[in-house]
Amino acid sequence: MADTTDDRTSDVKPVLTLSFDIQGRDFKASGEASHRIKRTLEQVGLDWSVIRRAAVVLYEAEMNIVIHATRGVLKAEISPSRLTIVAEDEGPGIPDIELAMQEGYSTAPEEIKLMGFGAGMGLPNIKEHADSLEIETEVGKGTRLVAVIDVPEGGAESQA
Amino acid sequence: MARYFHSVTLDREKCKGCTNCIKRCPTEAIRVRDGKARIFEERCIDCGECIRACPNHAKSALTDTLERLGDFEYTIALPAPSYFGQFRRTTTPEAVLGALLAVGFDDVFEVAAAASVVSYVVRTYIKEREYARPLISSACPAVVRLIQVRFPSLLDHIIPVESPMEAAAVLAKRRAAAKTGLPLSKIGAFFISPCAAKVTAVKQPVGRHRSSVDGVLSMSEMYGLAVRHLKDRPPERGLQISAASGIRWGRSGGENAEVGTGERLAVDGIHNVITVLTEVEKGRLSDVDYLEAQACVGGCIGGPLVPENPYVARANIKAMADMVADKPFPFTEEEFRSFYESDFMFLEKVIEPRPVMQLDDDVAKAMMKVQQMEKTLAELPNLDCGSCGSPTCRALAEDIVRGLAYETDCVFKLRERVRDLAAEMKELAEKVPPSMEQPSQNDEPGGSSADIAAEGAGGA
Repeated sequence: MADTTDDRTSDVKPVLTLSFDIQGRDFKASGEASHRIKRTLEQVGLDWSVIRRAAVVLYEAEMNIVIHATRGVLKAEISPSRLTIVAEDEGPGIPDIELAMQEGYSTAPEEIKLMGFGAGMGLPNIKEHADSLEIETEVGKGTRLVAVIDVPEGGAESQA
Repeated sequence: MARYFHSVTLDREKCKGCTNCIKRCPTEAIRVRDGKARIFEERCIDCGECIRACPNHAKSALTDTLERLGDFEYTIALPAPSYFGQFRRTTTPEAVLGALLAVGFDDVFEVAAAASVVSYVVRTYIKEREYARPLISSACPAVVRLIQVRFPSLLDHIIPVESPMEAAAVLAKRRAAAKTGLPLSKIGAFFISPCAAKVTAVKQPVGRHRSSVDGVLSMSEMYGLAVRHLKDRPPERGLQISAASGIRWGRSGGENAEVGTGERLAVDGIHNVITVLTEVEKGRLSDVDYLEAQACVGGCIGGPLVPENPYVARANIKAMADMVADKPFPFTEEEFRSFYESDFMFLEKVIEPRPVMQLDDDVAKAMMKVQQMEKTLAELPNLDCGSCGSPTCRALAEDIVRGLAYETDCVFKLRERVRDLAAEMKELAEKVPPSMEQPSQNDEPGGSSADIAAEGAGGA
């Protein structure tokens, strides 16, 4: 379920946080959280280029949790100037981040590859579509991924 | 002029205020208010789902009438490729077109012929240009409008090529002008349409300033008028010019087949189109070159103005196309190439988004409204029953924060309020003034403290 909170950051810009629990291997529900967040971004009225990039980052981040982790949380912190996407999971962690960032490198199990997932494009896609990407990971514990997309100046107004 | 023209209209008399249409609408553009359906103009994409969904036939498509033919000195019928699907194999494409002349047109030009031009232009575009993958076909106006409303980030994927209908109007008028010597303004081109979306595409085009089509006629009506003239005239040579592959545009898959190059994917049915566009948005279909997307199940033969059953029409299209299987393309390679290099085959202007989903023009205010909306939604039953007149609980929550509905529009919330109120009234009713006889102990609602109080009062 969505959990919305109203935080106020130091520069008094409102932040809207959406948070969804993700179950590992739950392919039936996979993609729902990223879809819900995307719909909210549309309702907020962020620039379309931001929403497009966010759609890719959200989906890949959600699928990473579904494919690799036991459970996790997909979170979006929305402010008028910045969108921060946080994907935090309990899972195997990433032993070699550099390797994981390479296109086509995948540790997804064979049965998941047969379903058409785990092509090794997840992290490279996130990196390509975000303005910044940070990954903290501990093998055997889990991974925390923070992707930031900056909203261009006057984005929402210019499309009205 | 109104900001939006829509072909899809409501007959208030026939509307019973049921929830069939609000549930089917792909852009959540319909609400039931005052016992009648009401369409949010800025959201409607004229796909015609509501026309199909309405059990009372209260939704219909506004089209032009044949009287408009009187406005022109020379008139040309532009039958959509799907028109051929309305006739059984006992007739021929020539006879089908001949019957349109008998109805009162001076000339006929198949949109199927122009479809082959569009296919050539798309094919060449795929081979020679740089573009965002996948290119999305611009042929279905309901899909183009769906992208404006729900997928604005994909607008730059729409191939900026004109639809077969527009191309047909230009080519037909040029041919007629050369033949008759009349100025283009005295030549009227009338599209025989399978759908409402094409009417809107002519009255309010998105990729161009003005349509070259002068009127749009309902395929059902034209079929009814033309069918009795099928045997009126001897087959006229040269009347039917389109190639079989152009005629096959009338059903799903036909466009992709004629385009014939690159990785292609075809989807039909507006709800299916949404699922595929969602995949495109996630970046999952960037290996596809061209996406044929049609709002109606089965393609244009599934249009709301099409009289024949779409599955029968599909078989008919095949039979008609097979009859002209040996026919060459209506244009030479040099002509095709010159069309590709001319402006009329390309959109005149950029297709703008219709950002109707945002809750407020101000991002910060919209964020507050999202928060309110989520709070409201958490209180709603999430049964999506539609009794409130909004298609889902989420849509009702959205309507409430937009100031268009109240929480008590929800029948469950209303019942809850009534129950609370009843409980309160009961409680009040039991509060008897001290001057009156107190209720007997048996009626007292499990209240031992009240018993003690009563005893205390009696003992005093």
